[in-house]
Amino acid sequence: MLLKLLELVGAFVMRRLEEFGTIVLLYRDTMRELGHRPRPRHILSQMSHLGVDSLLIVSLTLLFTGVVFTLQTADILIKFGAQGTIGGIISIAIGRELGPVLVGVVCAGRVGSAITAEISTMKVTEQIDALRVMAVNPVNYLIVPRMLACMIVVPILTVFGDVIGVLGGWVIAVYYSGISSYLYMNSIHTFVEVFDLTGGVIKAIFFGNVIAVLGCYYGLHSPDGAEGVGKATTRTVVSSIIAIFILNAILTFILY
Amino acid sequence: MIRLVDVCKSFGDKEVLHHINLTIEDGETLAIIGGSGSGKSTLLRLLIGLIRPTSGEIWIGDTEISRLSEAELDKVRLHMGMVFQYSALFDSMTVGDNVAFGLREHTDMPEKEVQRIVEEKLNLVGLENVAHRMPNELSGGMKKRVSLARAIAFEPEIVFYDEPSSGLDPIMTEKIDELISHTQQALNVTSVVVTHDMASACRIADRIAMVYEGELIAVDTVENFKNIRDERVQAFFHTLRTVKEA
Repeated sequence: MLLKLLELVGAFVMRRLEEFGTIVLLYRDTMRELGHRPRPRHILSQMSHLGVDSLLIVSLTLLFTGVVFTLQTADILIKFGAQGTIGGIISIAIGRELGPVLVGVVCAGRVGSAITAEISTMKVTEQIDALRVMAVNPVNYLIVPRMLACMIVVPILTVFGDVIGVLGGWVIAVYYSGISSYLYMNSIHTFVEVFDLTGGVIKAIFFGNVIAVLGCYYGLHSPDGAEGVGKATTRTVVSSIIAIFILNAILTFILY
Repeated sequence: MIRLVDVCKSFGDKEVLHHINLTIEDGETLAIIGGSGSGKSTLLRLLIGLIRPTSGEIWIGDTEISRLSEAELDKVRLHMGMVFQYSALFDSMTVGDNVAFGLREHTDMPEKEVQRIVEEKLNLVGLENVAHRMPNELSGGMKKRVSLARAIAFEPEIVFYDEPSSGLDPIMTEKIDELISHTQQALNVTSVVVTHDMASACRIADRIAMVYEGELIAVDTVENFKNIRDERVQAFFHTLRTVKEA
């Protein structure tokens, strides 16, 4: 019984290690292809396809995060007479953590799944084999543009989301909690440093990178058939979210 | 010339192809026939380098391709074209862009020249005024033709066909067969056609090779092939006769 359990655990660990190794190899191949043949039109098209379409959901997510965060903290801060810090607290929280992490999670769901669904469908319909037969490297043609697009788009969405989130906080602070607009803005000027924003942007670059690579990996290795596409998409979202949380902890440790 | 020397291919513990030895001459059309799961598609994927043999050698001209890196293999693939079973057209591109894909990727040809070649190849496969259409607007037979136009756009020396008649009605199957023969004559390419359709194989091929449970059991000209006494070969011809009688 114990031996059987150990065998199962061992097999699970081996599978995960094998998967991790394949992802690392794909990452290495992608890095090698980065400067090989840039495809600016593809990158722009992916940025538009993956990024612009995510604007609405990112806006809504960060807007309501700013709103709820202010609702939860404003009363307590007012009680302690610290209403002059609320703008700064919200901006730092959103700029350093909530902005990049929430945009990362939203993009893992919206962008990562789209990448996996597209690539796995191409795999199932032999389009990736067709690329190889026509002497076109699928890593260069499919993965590099998506990775670069994600590394550009996710930080842009993060900055956009940061602004929307702080704006959401401002609306509640001013119109619900009765804090003056000047006090809110002044606290941002007083407490927030440029690195609070740029640190979050650096995180977002890494998150974009991870989302693209995992999205492409699960697309390229999806099981055949419609069910396989569905499974691969779910795996991308779950793995990307876990990777984002782990990476966020590591980056927070390093950056701040 | 294409040469397979003692090629074996296994997936895990399962050996799919056993010791295949085969030579395909320049300019010839060879049909590889066999039932479902016999290993004929695996053989085709080995020939084009999409998978590697477990052992043995695969020669395309003077190059042994089974141990080449992917980048080296790409140079060999520039001399090959392939028509996929389900066409494998890029569904995000128009028909014209599909046909022009290889030219745009591998040459600095002016766009005007690219468009001329696209039109020429589409005309060669009997299609006109479809360059602007998307693949999902085409019928199965038209997709196969576009796939052939794409395969020959780069003027390859070898064209591989994976089940070209699959999913087509008998009339369209005959038209595609005519097109394969016409393409072979017009461009003098070496053609390797994988099919389970014996009638099709007899119409287009100079020689037929039969794969049965991973083994190459017969290779001969169409006329001689009909006289082979092996019951596995005869079983295939029997299906042809049954269809004709019906």
